[in-house]
Amino acid sequence: MSDPLFEFLCRMGDNTLVLGHRVSEWCGTAPVLEEDIALANTALDLIGQTTLWLNLAGEVEGRGRDADALAFRRDVWDFRNLFLVEQPNGDFGQTMMRQFLFDSWHRLYLTGLTESSDARISAIAEKSLKEVSYHLDRATDTVIGLGDGTEESHARMQAALDRLWPFVGEMFAGDAVDAALARQGTAPDPAKLRSGFDEQVGKVLAEATLVRPDSDFAHKGGKTGTRHSEHLGHMLAQMQWLQRAYPDATW
Amino acid sequence: MQNEWPLWEVFIRGQHGLSHRHVGSLHAADAEGAIKNARDVYTRRNEGVSIWVVEASAIAASSPDEKGPLYEPSNDKIYRHPTFYDIPDDAGAM
Amino acid sequence: MYAQMIKSTGKTVKSLDEMDPQERAFQERIDAGGKIEPRDWMPEGYRKTLIRQIGQHAHSEIVGQLPEGNWITRAPTLERKAILLAKVQDEAGHGLYLYCAAETLGVSRDDLTRDLLSGKMKYSSIFNYPTLTWADMGAVGWLVDGAAIMNQVPLQRTSYGPYARAMVRICKEESFHQRQGFDIMMKMASGTEAQRKMAQDALNRFWYPSLMMFGPSDENSVHSAQNMAWKIKMNTNDELRQKFVDQTVPQAEYLGLTVPDAHLKWNEERGHYDFSEPDWEEFFDVLNGNGPCSKERLEARNKAWDDGAWVRDGLMAHAEKKKARKLAAE
Repeated sequence: MSDPLFEFLCRMGDNTLVLGHRVSEWCGTAPVLEEDIALANTALDLIGQTTLWLNLAGEVEGRGRDADALAFRRDVWDFRNLFLVEQPNGDFGQTMMRQFLFDSWHRLYLTGLTESSDARISAIAEKSLKEVSYHLDRATDTVIGLGDGTEESHARMQAALDRLWPFVGEMFAGDAVDAALARQGTAPDPAKLRSGFDEQVGKVLAEATLVRPDSDFAHKGGKTGTRHSEHLGHMLAQMQWLQRAYPDATW
Repeated sequence: MQNEWPLWEVFIRGQHGLSHRHVGSLHAADAEGAIKNARDVYTRRNEGVSIWVVEASAIAASSPDEKGPLYEPSNDKIYRHPTFYDIPDDAGAM
Repeated sequence: MYAQMIKSTGKTVKSLDEMDPQERAFQERIDAGGKIEPRDWMPEGYRKTLIRQIGQHAHSEIVGQLPEGNWITRAPTLERKAILLAKVQDEAGHGLYLYCAAETLGVSRDDLTRDLLSGKMKYSSIFNYPTLTWADMGAVGWLVDGAAIMNQVPLQRTSYGPYARAMVRICKEESFHQRQGFDIMMKMASGTEAQRKMAQDALNRFWYPSLMMFGPSDENSVHSAQNMAWKIKMNTNDELRQKFVDQTVPQAEYLGLTVPDAHLKWNEERGHYDFSEPDWEEFFDVLNGNGPCSKERLEARNKAWDDGAWVRDGLMAHAEKKKARKLAAE
């Protein structure tokens, strides 16, 4: 196993990098101007968090890589983001459901990280937590509003939930990296966050008149880097293209 | 359905303790949405610490035709302004 | 500009003596630098022309998101991505402020949007040009925003209060847009051979379309004279174009780039640069929907609007249910 701290920081940074990228794809095409602007704010927060996490990852690694080097010069197998965040945007409902599920986990996890024994980590968590609490608020309102809206919006939100639910489990599946960090008091054990997540998500889904899928089947492999979806490669092809095509340039 | 979201007027109080000030408008389905949209649209540059929203149709406004009766009568009440009074410098700051 | 070729109403500009007392009072108020507010009396032509102009300006901001949005997912660093996203987000905000200003004149944002989507209302010709390389993000910020600012700064003094206030906010926010563009150009122009080539190519492609943004000469235009009398247009197109060229040419020199105009020359006597006119035939083609990206731009806006309908309806339906439930509980 490579350095657990580096792994962990890449997981955090890759989650926000990939999701921030996905959300930024909405720019200019959201259902109303107000949403367009709000989505851009979310993406900007996530890009900012990425810079903090990946810069720290580079520092911990000690090989002279900064956030940009990690974001733009690694290939798919080096990415440590959750399966959930690399899922394509789909319709607005799928985007907001993905956001809601991720934020619900992210807020709990960041809350734990504010108690981290590593002051650099707790500082980033502290800052991110404020941003993410707002993202969650907004996503929650949208999930409820669209779930309880028209027949069509309800059907679309239920379809989004059904589609994304198999990616929920991975957020709580711990591995050796998580165990090592939990032992050091660096990061919370993700498995322990599941009941809080279920309770909170359950409340929102009820208000949204959406039904939680029965199956708890969970895709795995994103955060360990052992398997990603085909979508990630296409995203990286676009995101990293300039850096790859002109490796000697600075921007 | 062709149902446009209602228009809301947005008022923001800045960091420095001044009153809420009208900053613009936006559309939202309801008041909660309007506050969130106002946060995203009108506080992108640290402009505020408090937001009020009010549905535009709920605002009662004075009529421009009554400008004379409404505002001119106060023109000649110059004694309401401190500069009306001549206080000699010798009296000190006042 | 962001609002090009705004047709006014009427055949000639009336003199004060030809106006009835109400219109005369209105015009005198404008002449004295006063502001017209939404509930004030105004000539129907003033209202209609303003709706056209503010609407077109708003549409330009919204369609203007697309050529730059084209590069957000390909920005070369995290910081560049954030800056570009923040800038394009501002454009959405500016469109929003302008639609709100237009709404004070008795049209709805949805009405204006439908007129954009059907092609009935126009947006600035500039956004029908493609952004092909990263240097285009520099050129758009430097030249396109530079040209827009020329027009927008004086519009802060326009006679219609809500429009003027929107412009004040927009100008304040936009001050970083041109600078971030020039910043990209500086990096590119002093970068590798390939980057310099990209920078020059971007200038070559965006120079004349930027000059077109000001619209053809309107020295003899009745529309323009009326709009200037109403102070909803503050300068002639030629004045602004000249000012833009005078400001931009030294910046190009600073970058070590060549303005693609063999006739460009400083005229000592005039105290201005002499320069070549853009191809006005191309301008009218673009304005009539035959720009290189005209179809794609309108398709993108139509798709966003159609795809978003269920969301707008869904959230509205929920809001109404919530209101009804609250009423029932009381």
